[in-house]
Amino acid sequence: MARGHHDIGGLPGGGPIDQSRHELSDWEILADAVNQALGARGVKRTDEMRRAREEMDSSGYRDMTYYERWIASIETILVEKKILTKDEIDRKLAELDSKWGEP
Amino acid sequence: MNEATGSFKPGDRVKVKFEDRPGHIRTPWYIRGKIGRIERVYGDFLNPEMLAFGRDGLPKKTLYLVAFNHSDVFGKSAGTSDKVLVDIYDHWLEPTA
Amino acid sequence: MSEDHGHEHPKHELSYYAKRIYAIRDLLLEKGVITEKDIQCQIEYQEARSPANGAKLIARAWIDPVFKQRFIADPKAACAEMGIDATAINEFVVLENTEKIRHMVVCTLCSCYPRPILGRPPDWYKSFNYRQRAVADPRGVMCEFGLELPDDVEVRVHDSTADIRYIVLPLRPRGTEGWSEKDLAKLVTRDSMIGVMNALPAIPEEFQ
Repeated sequence: MARGHHDIGGLPGGGPIDQSRHELSDWEILADAVNQALGARGVKRTDEMRRAREEMDSSGYRDMTYYERWIASIETILVEKKILTKDEIDRKLAELDSKWGEP
Repeated sequence: MNEATGSFKPGDRVKVKFEDRPGHIRTPWYIRGKIGRIERVYGDFLNPEMLAFGRDGLPKKTLYLVAFNHSDVFGKSAGTSDKVLVDIYDHWLEPTA
Repeated sequence: MSEDHGHEHPKHELSYYAKRIYAIRDLLLEKGVITEKDIQCQIEYQEARSPANGAKLIARAWIDPVFKQRFIADPKAACAEMGIDATAINEFVVLENTEKIRHMVVCTLCSCYPRPILGRPPDWYKSFNYRQRAVADPRGVMCEFGLELPDDVEVRVHDSTADIRYIVLPLRPRGTEGWSEKDLAKLVTRDSMIGVMNALPAIPEEFQ
């Protein structure tokens, strides 16, 4: 076992704090709301989401943005609980992709 | 706050267990094996280590606010009385002299 | 929720996971796991939460010492008194700054923050650099935010690893005697309630 990739308190090499802020995109607001809605409905707990992020691939953890990590963990937990399957999500995404298309 | 079934009281000197086990652990690596003092007893809470895997989180565990001298945790410290305070569950603590 | 915002990236340009949440949302709605209303309610709930809530509490605590004691002893009840809905917080603790003790809050393991009162945390609070450095070098972090403290002040960094959510009660700025609650609240910044900065000064430093 080793220290988890999320367990970073006190690790050396931390750089300056970037104090810039960004307005949330629609997809980030949606990720936040879906996460909260699933919690409010008792479908999943915050502890499960944290554990999903801890279990994800370490390079993914460092490279993804904050809400991308949330979305990855929402998917992991929904699939684990057999509420959705990865295939279904892939198929739905392909549908949306063709709808959105290149202008 | 909640009822507290754990045995530690404010002022008790405690050592954070140095365990390295899998699962969803909320005791940060940097504080494991360190010695501090119980500052507050927050009461009993469902165990997040179990909740993270869809289990009911029982039996509840007592949660404490534990204060550590900053220099004991991280070595040198600019302010000699600086502290690090961490919320730690009963089963991660052991009494120490 | 509206799909089109003038300033948004076209959806086909979004990243892999950004696109994926739309697919997940659609499937969850189709299967009745959540409803459109659930999503809208959460968006509105989150928009209603901001540092202004915290600023109101802090300003009232500065003016009214009896309220301050209630706020420290039972923060959720004090919120209810002021019409601030803190029910979603499991437990809530107020960390009172004094001339000799200053507090700072971090969640090194993820990004726990008193969202039901203060809204979403700032990006920097969730950043790896803050999470790594806040416990090891709180004074260095404070310096970056413009706050330098003498060695005889005790800095207490709280790592909120469990269900307790912390809010710092910053020191009341000098020269604010007789100020209204409304004007005092304007001096209470989100960053001062996390503890990396003081509240804003009443008078610009060059005139003090």
